Order: sequence, then C-alpha cells, then structure tokens
Amino acid sequence: MNPSRRDFFRISGAAGLTGLAATQAASASTARPPSPDWMGVLVDIPNCIGCRKCEFACREAAARSAQEGSKEAALFQPPELNTFEDKSVFASHRRPEPHCHTMINRYPNPADPAKPIYVKANCLHCSDPACASACLVGAFRKQPNGAVTYDAWKCMGCRYCMVACPFQIPTYEYDNPLTPQVRKCTLCANEGNPNRGIAPACVKICPQDCLIWGKLAELLDLAHEKIRNQPDRYVDHVYGEHEAGGTSWLYLSGVPFEKLDLVKLDPKAPPRLTESVQHGVFKYFVPPLAWYGILGLIMHLSQPRSHDAHGAGPDPKDG
Amino acid sequence: MDDLTEHERPMPVPRKLFTKGVGVLFLLMGIGFCFAAYRFLFGLQAVTNLDQQHPWGLWIAIDVATGVALAAGGFTTAALAHIFHREHYHAITRPALLTAMLGYTFVGIGLMADLGRYYNIWHPALPTMWQGNSVLFEVGMCVMCYVTVLYIEFLPIVCERFMNDLRFPTLATLAGGVHRMVEKSMFLFILAGVVLSCLHQSSLGNLMVIAPSKVHPLWFTPILPLLFLLSAIAVGFPMVIFESVYASWAMKLKPEMHVLSALARYVPVLLGLYLAFKVGDLLIRGSYVHLAEGSVRSAMFLLEVVGGCVVPLVMLLSERTRNCPRRLFVAALLIVLGVALNRVNVFLVSYQPPYATKVYFPSVGEFAVTIGLVSALIFIYRVFVTYLPVISSPSQARTE
Repeated sequence: MNPSRRDFFRISGAAGLTGLAATQAASASTARPPSPDWMGVLVDIPNCIGCRKCEFACREAAARSAQEGSKEAALFQPPELNTFEDKSVFASHRRPEPHCHTMINRYPNPADPAKPIYVKANCLHCSDPACASACLVGAFRKQPNGAVTYDAWKCMGCRYCMVACPFQIPTYEYDNPLTPQVRKCTLCANEGNPNRGIAPACVKICPQDCLIWGKLAELLDLAHEKIRNQPDRYVDHVYGEHEAGGTSWLYLSGVPFEKLDLVKLDPKAPPRLTESVQHGVFKYFVPPLAWYGILGLIMHLSQPRSHDAHGAGPDPKDG
Repeated sequence: MDDLTEHERPMPVPRKLFTKGVGVLFLLMGIGFCFAAYRFLFGLQAVTNLDQQHPWGLWIAIDVATGVALAAGGFTTAALAHIFHREHYHAITRPALLTAMLGYTFVGIGLMADLGRYYNIWHPALPTMWQGNSVLFEVGMCVMCYVTVLYIEFLPIVCERFMNDLRFPTLATLAGGVHRMVEKSMFLFILAGVVLSCLHQSSLGNLMVIAPSKVHPLWFTPILPLLFLLSAIAVGFPMVIFESVYASWAMKLKPEMHVLSALARYVPVLLGLYLAFKVGDLLIRGSYVHLAEGSVRSAMFLLEVVGGCVVPLVMLLSERTRNCPRRLFVAALLIVLGVALNRVNVFLVSYQPPYATKVYFPSVGEFAVTIGLVSALIFIYRVFVTYLPVISSPSQARTE
C-alpha cells in the first residue's frame, strides 16, 4: 500500500526514455546539407534607397498569379506605384503582412545621419526550415530551387509554423472565417515553374543593384569577395550564412546586424534539436515497444499471488 | 470473481441531475457557445486577441496543453492499479478514466475552435500527409490513438449499466458479450494507454523546443519533454484527489479518504522528482540569473515553482495533511494549479517573438469559450456518474 522504492524506480523509468533522447540531441549536426540547385538573393543593404518598389512588385506579382477577378487577386492588388513613395510609413518598423510579403524599414545610420539605412524584411527561405519541420501535414516544403512554399489545401490552420519560425515571418488571415491561409514570401514560386529559378518580382524591379539573384553557393562567394574588396564598407559577417542553419537570403551591411533588427541566432537549425529528440524516442519503434514490453512484464510479475492459480495472462478487473 | 468487496463496487449515484449549480453550468455553456458560434461565423480575429506576433493563445495553453496534462490521472492510476497491481486503488481508476476520456474529448473540441481550417483536422490521419519530423504530428497521432484506447477502456463501464437490465434482454446480451470480449483483452489496452501517454505527454513539451530563440530562458531547455512527462506523472494523483474530494462534496458523499490518503503518499516522491529535474536544469543551464529580472516572467516562474510545487510538496509530507480532506484538497489543488500555470507559462508567458510590439492577453471571448468548455465537461461528468457505475463510495453513504 505504501509507495515503495521499487515503485519509484519503475515509474521513473518512463522519464529515462525521453531523457535518453534529449542527450542524443546534443550530438546532432547544425543543419541539413544545402543543395547546389538552391537559388537565393544577396541583399547589399548599403545600396538600398528605400524606394519601396519591391513592396509594390511583390503585391503586384501575387495579384497577377491569382485568378483574374478573384477575391485573392483583389486582396493582393497594390495601390498605384506612386503611393509607395510615401516615406511616412518609416515612422514605425513594419513586418510582413498577409497580403504584403515584404516590407522596407528605416534605421538610423551612425556614420552619416543624413543617409539612413533601409532593410528589406521577408522570408529568408531557410536551408533547414523550422516551419516545414513543424507542420504536421507537410504543407510547407523546401522546393528543389530552394524556395520554401506553402500548400493551403493541406493546411489545418494550427499556426505552429508561426510559432516555430525564428524570423517571425509566416502571417495568418485571422479575419477569414472559412479558408484562412498562412501567407509568406514564396520566392515568386507561382510566377512559373519554381524549379527554373526565375528571379522574384522584388529582384526584378529593384533599381539599385541592392538585390542580387543567383545560385546560393555563388552568392556566398560573391558576398565574401565584396567584404574582402571593401572592408570599410561592410562588417565582416554575411547574415544568413549560418543563422538558424543558413538561409537562401544573405545580407551584407555596414553596421552590425543587431542594429537593423536582423536578430542574432544560433547556427544550429531549430529542427535539428526537436527532430533528434523525436527520432530518438521513435527509433525503429524500438523504445515505445520496449516500454510496452517492460510494462507488460511488470504487470505480469506484480500480479497478486491469488491470481496465479488462474494461469496465464494478467487479468485486470474493472476497466 | 471480482476483487472488490460489495461496498467498493462502483455504482451509479442516484441523485437529481439538475440543481442550481447545474443551472450555472448551463449559463456558462450558453455564453461560451455564443462566442464560439461568433468565432465560426466571423473568424478568429472577431473573437480572439491573437495576432501576427502571437499565433497561440489561451485555447492552446488551457484547452489543449493543460487539458492533456490534467487528464494524466487516467494513465497514472491505470498504471498503479492495473500494472503495479495495487488493488487498493481500484476504486479511483474509474473516475480517473472518465476524466481522461472526457478531458481528451474536450481537447479535440477545443482544438477545433482554434484551428483556422478545422474541417481539415483529419488530415494527419492521411498517410499522404504524414510528416514524421513534426512534433505536432507525433502529438496528434498519439492523442488520436489514446482517445480510441480510452473509449475502449470505458466500454465495459457502459456495458455494465445495461448487461443486467432485464427490461431490454437483447441489449443486455449484447452488452454482456462486448463486456466479456473487451475485459479479456483489457490488459493490452491498459499497457497501450500508458505507453501512448508517456509519448505524447513528453512530446507536448517538445513542441516549444523548436523555438529556442522565442522561449524565455527560464523555461527553454532541451529537457522540456522530460519536464512535461514528469509533471504530468506528478499531477495525475493530485488531480484524482482534487476531483474525488470535490465530487464527494458536490454529491454529498463521504470522501474516500482511506484510498486518497494512501494515494497522497506517492505525490511528494513524484513531485520531488519533477522539482529536482526542474531546479537541477535551472542550475546547470545557469538560467536562474533571470529570476532576478523582477519581471512578470520571473514572478510567474517563482509562483509556478514555489506555489505549485514546493508548498504542496512540504504540505503533503505531513500525515495530518494527508488525512484531512480539506488540507489534502488544498494541497492537491495547488499542484493542479501549479502544473496548469506551467503549461500557460511555457506556451504563453515565456513566448517572446523577436519583433513583438505588444503583449498578448486573452480576450473575453477566449475566456468565455474556455470556461464554457470546462462547464460542459463538468456537466457531462455529472451525467456519466449519475447513470453509469463510475464512483464507488463506502456503500454510497450519504453524509446528509
């Protein structure tokens, strides 16, 4: 009747199962290996003049790829291009919204107050995306060209992707009662065959040589070359090379990235930890089955004496 | 053939179903239903305070995460009575099983309100959509399987109600047949229930591990899955004690103190194990420095650990507390609230998105729906114990 030490250790055996998996996690690698086919964008922050044409192009492209005259197209349809010249929006820092997947924000320039710094915010298309690892129905997918895309048809609307994203990127149509979608930059995957690697609309419209489209591996080389050639212009850090396991968007800046709201992140991709715990606990289904077997054995052995006379199988009464 | 002596046999509690208290429950259910209807007609934005920065709110933290944790009485008592064969505790397995079954059912119902595309809730069951890397997928699958196991485990209780009913002979024969069949294989389901519970209780803690930069360091740890499992095991018996004492007061029955006091002896051990891991983790990671922040978060952490863990643990070390219904009730309630607060802390309070410009606090509508769901759960629990043999009280002796 009293809790014995034996009971205590039997119960704590359950704890051991997950504990073991958690320690395995420590030895896991930092991210999934990149593919040579991945495309990306190198953002040369000092070149950006804050014209916000990319915000216009982004919405325009999304509206164009939606069915003509549909509600979807109307949601994305941007106002006239000249309305984007309005600089008053820079008063506060904006984040991507369901129907505008990129936003330009303004930051003070410590070197020259007359020339503020403009930074583009959008999905960075992680090499090892947390949103894709989080999604329980596989609605998010890292495409062969590197874009992380979303399939609304599979989605349940649990918004775990939004919880998981370290860059706070996926947005949700909270005002839609029946068919809300998670919305984020698709790297203009809808513009054509995503595997052909057509440049996204924001890159195409950029008048300033601020956004450079290319193979991710080549962009990384280019970024480091730029830093080598102009060490006074850039800090020696390519943002996105290692952050959260690496991303397909890379940033070069003249001031430390923390000052531009590009958050400091661990080089380990978030899914590496959760997935190693999970796959440790479920390795070939051995741990759950072993746990089932151990409990079954305890059930059999701890049977009261009087039951032994009835022969085999544990026979718990009273469901 | 049954181990139970006649006075321990579970029986329906023949009380009036509708009382003033039940009237209040109906009022709360009605209010919750109105807000829920509004949510389904006009979307999440119309009812909740969720935004682009805070994708998860009260419904996930309470209806889902806390609901699952507090249903842990089901698998912990099943393990104690049926796997470790502590026959003494058979009397409490049925109420705990009923709580677990209803709890998990309401987790599903509550989740429907939160899901943007609730009509796709069945998608994880489709092999073409399986995503084995997702922690949420593991939670979802385990919960689906466990709910099924709970329904099967509960089936004999429903059958017992009808198998000796001479008014409906066909139904009685059918019920008797099902009862025999399920009872014979029951041990398989009891084992499965415990394994599935261990799996998803821990995975629920793994959910937030994917957001290391967004969870406050007081709560973020790679051993969150272990802490969730240990706290679920620790809260199982206190939840049963809390419910059992409360139900006896509400139904004017004698609390089954001979069982509950004995059960309470396990609690300091299990709670101590959880506390040891929690405090040890805090020390090893060095995150205790954040306790000096003086923020809402550090206060909530202290409240959770001291009020919900240390205080009841010390209380339950005293035999006098364990033998006194009122004191035992208070200690059990503190643990229940402590674990509930832990879930709220992990899922809401600790969440700090990098570009947060506001703080999330649940709306009136979110509270109303959650309170409505809890009221419905309590009412259905009452219906079940009134008509089915769930509660075994000393000869159903009424105190009045």
